[in-house]
Amino acid sequence: MSDIPSFTGNVPSPARSFWRRTDGVLITLLVAAVLLWFVPAGMGRYGTYVLSLWLVTAIAVMGLNLTLGLAGLKSLAQAAFMGIGAYATALLTTKGGMGWLPAFAISGLLTFAVGLVLGFPALRVKAHYLAFVTLAFSTLIWLVLRNEQWLTGGVFGLSNIPRPTLFGMKLDGHLAFHRFVVVVTLILALALWWLIRSPWGRAFLALRENPVRAASLGINIRNYTLLAFAIGSAYAGFAGALYAPLVEFIDPSPFALSASFFLLLMVVAGGSGYQLGPFIGALLGVVLPEYLRVTGGLYLILFAAIVVALLIACPQGIMGLLERGWTAIRRRPAGRNLPVKESAL
Amino acid sequence: MKTVLQVEGLAKHFGGIRAVEDVSFEVHEGEILGIIGPNGCGKSTLFNCILGQLTPTSGRVRLDGQDVTGLTPEEMNKRGVSRTFQLLQVFPELSVRENLILAGQEHRGTMLSRLFGPRDAGLTAEADRMIGFFRLGHLADARAGGLSYGQQKLLDAAMAFMAGPRLVLLDEPAGGVNLTMLGDLKERLKVMNAEAGSTFVVIEHNMDFVMSLCTRVVVMAEGKVLAVGTPDEVRANPAVIEAYLGH
Repeated sequence: MSDIPSFTGNVPSPARSFWRRTDGVLITLLVAAVLLWFVPAGMGRYGTYVLSLWLVTAIAVMGLNLTLGLAGLKSLAQAAFMGIGAYATALLTTKGGMGWLPAFAISGLLTFAVGLVLGFPALRVKAHYLAFVTLAFSTLIWLVLRNEQWLTGGVFGLSNIPRPTLFGMKLDGHLAFHRFVVVVTLILALALWWLIRSPWGRAFLALRENPVRAASLGINIRNYTLLAFAIGSAYAGFAGALYAPLVEFIDPSPFALSASFFLLLMVVAGGSGYQLGPFIGALLGVVLPEYLRVTGGLYLILFAAIVVALLIACPQGIMGLLERGWTAIRRRPAGRNLPVKESAL
Repeated sequence: MKTVLQVEGLAKHFGGIRAVEDVSFEVHEGEILGIIGPNGCGKSTLFNCILGQLTPTSGRVRLDGQDVTGLTPEEMNKRGVSRTFQLLQVFPELSVRENLILAGQEHRGTMLSRLFGPRDAGLTAEADRMIGFFRLGHLADARAGGLSYGQQKLLDAAMAFMAGPRLVLLDEPAGGVNLTMLGDLKERLKVMNAEAGSTFVVIEHNMDFVMSLCTRVVVMAEGKVLAVGTPDEVRANPAVIEAYLGH
């Protein structure tokens, strides 16, 4: 380890672990929420819609970031879970005549429960086999959404999904609804921030890094695997419950397998395992394509090229790139390859 | 003397390979039992069968007289048995302190109380005590993956003690550790054995380390127990010299 720069003094270096960064995460979340509350004032209906869509997508990506980025469970069904949440909320608020809030809670609970059940194969099969199980589930959900017309409206989808009314306030306008989305996103992001800082977050990471050692330390692999999967899925359900009233009309296509891959891409591109990664990833996946639309038919090609270039330049995603930059600026031995001087033991 | 762990006729076969065959021994409270034997004689397989990483083909494992054969590793850990592995098993992305907290957190409270309780599960003080004990103080907040091999080995051992176990199984704690650190580790194990009353079972190749640390030694060869006795008895045993020490 002779090529490592010296580690000055005996003052412990600030740990750059997931946990030490969280205070920065908290501040960023709160500041961003305030900014996003005011930003769309002059953006018009479409601009505001894109911003809201970004946040709603980020919620689903946050869930997948927990399942995949933190706990290391490879799921290809995040969009399917989002579909379950969206259809549940749409059906409950239109045909069921229920308010949005209970529909939102039921969507979360439903996807949590389905995630628990689907998580059982995760206990038996590891790595890419779990991906196949979720792939099959994803296809199954899409077929149900498309073919069970009596329930889901088939390819015609469900329309006239009402926007929520909160404390007697109707959130019909695009600005009011956007602010509502900001608040819900903030609450969900804070809940996840708390979860990741708690001993559970540490156990999820242990699950990803070394399940055999984790088990020998008394960590209940079964419970934590199921919980990581179920909570991650519930976030997709929450995202779906916001997506339905946002677009006011849903059909099966946004919940197809390709959408799950796209959410996975956002996790990786944003920075897998980083708490702010999902927002960056969703920005890349939702907002960038909108701006690239001016290039006409080229936009998907350009988007793909940007993502490929990004992942070659920085496999840890944009958050990984930012962290490297920050480390370089501070010129302190920190970051993913924290060098530690050989101790004088 | 009270028996903590009892292994009776334990066997583990992988197809036609008899990795462990009819192994029986006892571990008494407060002792440091060494297990030695040539590479591939089944020492690690034996550990894995005792602690639930593997299911034994036959035989029983008793903890305080209770049958614990086939319990999962986490259940064994919850009953106060912890271990280290032959290869390094620290969590490289976590800091030294976080590694130690992780090693103890599942013994504190319930799933729910851990979620809503303090993020260190009330273990920072205990972790720091362990860090001080293993002289890793200047590295408390450093990423474990960045530590030297020897330091990671110490952390690995420290993690096994975080939950205050009554029985610790150490699989080659001295492997790849330099001489100074080795002496250091040995002294610490002795202190913990004397002060905390922890019972140890140590698999080791380093003869000096085993002979100067352990109170009793089990010698294994080709999956079977060849001899059991004090270090001096074992050293003088012709069968042992033939199978192991002589080479």
